[in-house]
Amino acid sequence: MSVTADAIPEVQSAVKAGAAPAIVLEKVSKWYGSMQVLRDITLTIAQGERIVICGPSGSGKSTTIRCINRLESHQEGRIVVDGTELTDDLRALDTIRREVGMVFQSFNLFPHLTILENCTLAPIWVRKMPKAEAEELAMDYLRRVKIPEQAKKYPGQLSGGQQQRVAIARALCMKPKIMLFDEPTSALDPEMIKEVLDTMIGLAETGMTMVCVTHEMGFAQKVADRVVFMDRGEIVESGTPARMFNDPQTDRLKLFLSQILRGH
Amino acid sequence: MSGTAADPRYAAPRAAPRRRMRLSWSDPLLRNLFWQVVVIGGVVLLVWYLVGNTSRNLQARHIATGFRFLTQSAAIPIGESPIPYTPSVSTYGRALLIGILNTLRVSVIGVVLATVLGTLIGIGRLSKNFLLAKFTALYVEVLRDIPVLLQLFFWYGLLQHLPGTRQALHPIAGVFLSNRGIKLPWVDWERGDTGAVVAFVLGAVLTWLWSRRAAARQARTGVRPATWPVALLLLVVFPVAVWAALGAPFSLDVPALHGFNFQGGITLSPEFAALLVGLVIYTSSYIAEIVRSGIEAVAQGQWEAAFALGLPHGIVLRQIVLPQALRVIVPPMTSQYLNLIKNSSLAVAIGYQDIVSIAGTTLNQTGQAIEGVAIIMAVYLTFSLSISAFMNWYNAHIALVER
Amino acid sequence: MADIAAEAAVPFAARQRPPAAVVGPAAWARTNLFGSWWSTALTLLIGYLALRFAWGFVSWGLVHAVWSVPHNDAGQPNSAPCRAVIGIGACWAVISDKYRFILFGFYPYDEQWRPLVCIALFLGLYGVSANRRFWRRELGLVWIAVLALIMLLMHGSATLGMTVVTDDRWGGLPLTLILATFGLALAFPLAVMVALGRRSRTMPAVRLLCVVYVELIRGVPLISLLFMSSVMFPLFMPQGVNFDNLLRAQVAIILFAAAYLAEVVRGGLQALPKGQYEAADALGLSYGRKTRLIVLPQALRIVIPPLVNTFIGFFKDTSLVLIIGIYDLLQSGRAAVDDPVWQGFGNEVYILLAAIYFCFCFAMSKYSRGLERGFSRSRVR
Ligand SMILES: Nc1ncnc2c1ncn2[C@@H]1O[C@H](COP(=O)(O)OP(=O)(O)OP(=O)(O)O)[C@@H](O)[C@H]1O
Ligand SMILES: [Mg+2]
Repeated sequence: MSVTADAIPEVQSAVKAGAAPAIVLEKVSKWYGSMQVLRDITLTIAQGERIVICGPSGSGKSTTIRCINRLESHQEGRIVVDGTELTDDLRALDTIRREVGMVFQSFNLFPHLTILENCTLAPIWVRKMPKAEAEELAMDYLRRVKIPEQAKKYPGQLSGGQQQRVAIARALCMKPKIMLFDEPTSALDPEMIKEVLDTMIGLAETGMTMVCVTHEMGFAQKVADRVVFMDRGEIVESGTPARMFNDPQTDRLKLFLSQILRGH
Repeated sequence: MSGTAADPRYAAPRAAPRRRMRLSWSDPLLRNLFWQVVVIGGVVLLVWYLVGNTSRNLQARHIATGFRFLTQSAAIPIGESPIPYTPSVSTYGRALLIGILNTLRVSVIGVVLATVLGTLIGIGRLSKNFLLAKFTALYVEVLRDIPVLLQLFFWYGLLQHLPGTRQALHPIAGVFLSNRGIKLPWVDWERGDTGAVVAFVLGAVLTWLWSRRAAARQARTGVRPATWPVALLLLVVFPVAVWAALGAPFSLDVPALHGFNFQGGITLSPEFAALLVGLVIYTSSYIAEIVRSGIEAVAQGQWEAAFALGLPHGIVLRQIVLPQALRVIVPPMTSQYLNLIKNSSLAVAIGYQDIVSIAGTTLNQTGQAIEGVAIIMAVYLTFSLSISAFMNWYNAHIALVER
Repeated sequence: MADIAAEAAVPFAARQRPPAAVVGPAAWARTNLFGSWWSTALTLLIGYLALRFAWGFVSWGLVHAVWSVPHNDAGQPNSAPCRAVIGIGACWAVISDKYRFILFGFYPYDEQWRPLVCIALFLGLYGVSANRRFWRRELGLVWIAVLALIMLLMHGSATLGMTVVTDDRWGGLPLTLILATFGLALAFPLAVMVALGRRSRTMPAVRLLCVVYVELIRGVPLISLLFMSSVMFPLFMPQGVNFDNLLRAQVAIILFAAAYLAEVVRGGLQALPKGQYEAADALGLSYGRKTRLIVLPQALRIVIPPLVNTFIGFFKDTSLVLIIGIYDLLQSGRAAVDDPVWQGFGNEVYILLAAIYFCFCFAMSKYSRGLERGFSRSRVR
């Protein structure tokens, strides 16, 4: 995978200039016990912006995006998502989780529900949608991720790539304004990675605000408006993909890039 | 597949050729047959030998086999009986039936209480509260490692050492603990009470119908009509109203000491109470572990994915966690229920008259050893096989579809 | 992945200290004891109950307890000091007075070193078997030798100049250990055969026989089998032949144990990957060799933790033999307080018995859990 391959047609940037930012993180810190895993993270993400977060293992990438929909709580600093600040207030939490979709590394589909039921569960119970309408919506998204024919099957009967695409469709069924991806392809075999990445690129083309933790540099190159490099709980460097990959400023990023490239 | 028959390349489907057995020691079919004949033959010979011995022994002791004794009158004194029984008048058959009913009584109540207690303890072990988690862990560890029979003796000893009726302990109004058992108040049953019970059952059915309607409505419009006000109305207000309309009869039959004895209320004999407490506590320690591991078996990711979708806590529990945990919990739980039922046979050690105890007395009095043991085994096998049948059905019903 | 050298090369700011709200004993208490009003209420309630109970137990079991009582000239204990503190203090004197009877039952007083040695032998046998270094074929021989030695010691032999003690006088802890251990050792081969039979594809009649045996035994309580052994076995024997009570109970326990063990072993056979069977077939091994050399050694290893758990069950269940009049540990304890002097002090004895049973069972379950964890760590998949 070449870092300088600019032959790939880039997805048009969808950043809406002048609109209120979608996500604001201000000096966010977090500890597990006495271990600090996030250090003064400050990051503003505009509506329609596509961010790729990368960095070595244990650098706090997952923790950062899990703080954005408050699967983890932060202890210092401020996080504002879509104009709502994340606090202990449960009402704010409900609002935010409705607007933010998330895709996990390990899919986390509900094994006792069919693919269709996986997708309709949240629209029915959270959006109070009639069942028929929810199913129509779900089929619509399943068609977009190219697996409408699997709707009646159970997750256990699908391949990893198919499961991850269902997970994306399931999150999209809530019509979120923001999508978070936590290494969506790293549990997959190479041939399945492409089908999931294609789905994500398709999503990027719709102008969705996306925050992706991924090490797929080709994807970052093509889709990201900005790449954020994290190490040991800090944002070390950020910039456009071309700048970050071709002209890294810090030693840590240089080291990381050389390791990633060696790894491929 | 419709064209296959017409296509000359496909011959009509043909059964696989049957392999003929060769009369040679190197033919596995023959060898298998040989070994089966040897094993089955051995078992048949053994049984034949034992039956022969037994019939000679029975002849020598002048015991006639058969179940005729069931219709003879039984001289067994029975302390607790859910159905009318008179010693020396009623038959052995009736005495044994009482034994079965007594076994069922303690088992059914025990299963319900052990499930409730065990579930609470199991959830307690997962609590974030340090003291509660440690206390429930201690409960499970200690009670599992002490024989249930010892626990029964302990509880029975405790109940027997309670003061006599005149000095009975009186922890709350209407409850008396003495060495004659536990006395509890009970309502004097009247027409209004029956009415209330009927109303409650009716209310439960209507609530169920309402919740079905609510689900259908939700499917249609997306909005689920609230269920709990209707449930409250049907399950509480309606029975109370019926009861009030029928004159609001309420008189508790409170036990009271008259002379040397209590009158009124219902009695739990020390034997029944000790057996129940012992079985419930012992079994609950196993159930607690089953519940805990069932809940832990639902991966953390399932909770997270559900929360990330914005589902509220109650829905996550009801729609995501419980259905998955139950798959893990129900099979071992049924085998614990079976264990409880089998352990209820320890009643004989503390003198509660369950089926084992009454069948034991019967076989001592009549000398019908084989029939007595056969009856005990048949009763328990019936319980076991019905519970296993349920479990197999349930497992088939809920099995996760895998690739 | 991450190079250690690289980490050292990168300068890194000193870490901030977490806010006091996150670490320290106060923070620990806040999250683990007073997380919510509900948790606080629980903490207070349990704390109060635990303290009261602990205090009650200390006061009953230590402060006001009677540890020994005077004996009269005939050597008869006088339990009056105990009777004076009933309900206030424990009477441990019953144990110091009766412990030999509780532990050894009616075994002749002067010969009680023999069951004591047997207990030690049992403990040694368990200890050796628990050690994974000794899991070899020779361990089977050690078991046979030790069990034979135990039988010899318990029974005695006139030719060796030892007093013969017939088994109607055996009792207490050694008897409990004998019933459980011999039950396991003798049931095990039967269980392996039944498990293999139940999995046999080619011999339906044998399979049916095994299924019926296992389901029949597992469907009925142990008591019914013990009853059967005490009232029906005598009928089964030819006239004049008589088994003693203990042997009959032992046979019942073996038949009972074999059914449960068979299911455990079957679980191990099922857990073995199919590839193992196929590889053995591909090597051209016969059924007997395949089973003995490939299948059983692996399957039996897998089943050791559940096997230990099943053994804990038998160990507790041996107490049921008292119903057919055998003086195991529990019954000896009960008989000790039948003595008119000590009547009414059952709870003290029950506490001792519970402690003994608990020590054995807890040690075994701890061991089996450790083993399970070790197995799952070393499993290469
Ligand atoms: N629940 C937890 N309890 C304690 N420490 C945790 C917990 N979750 C994560 N950590 C620690 O926090 C740090 C950051 O973890 P995080 O999962 O955010 O890393 P990551 O950048 O996503 O790494 P990876 O690429 O391996 O997924 C790690 O050192 C990890 O060990
Ligand atoms: Mg991560």
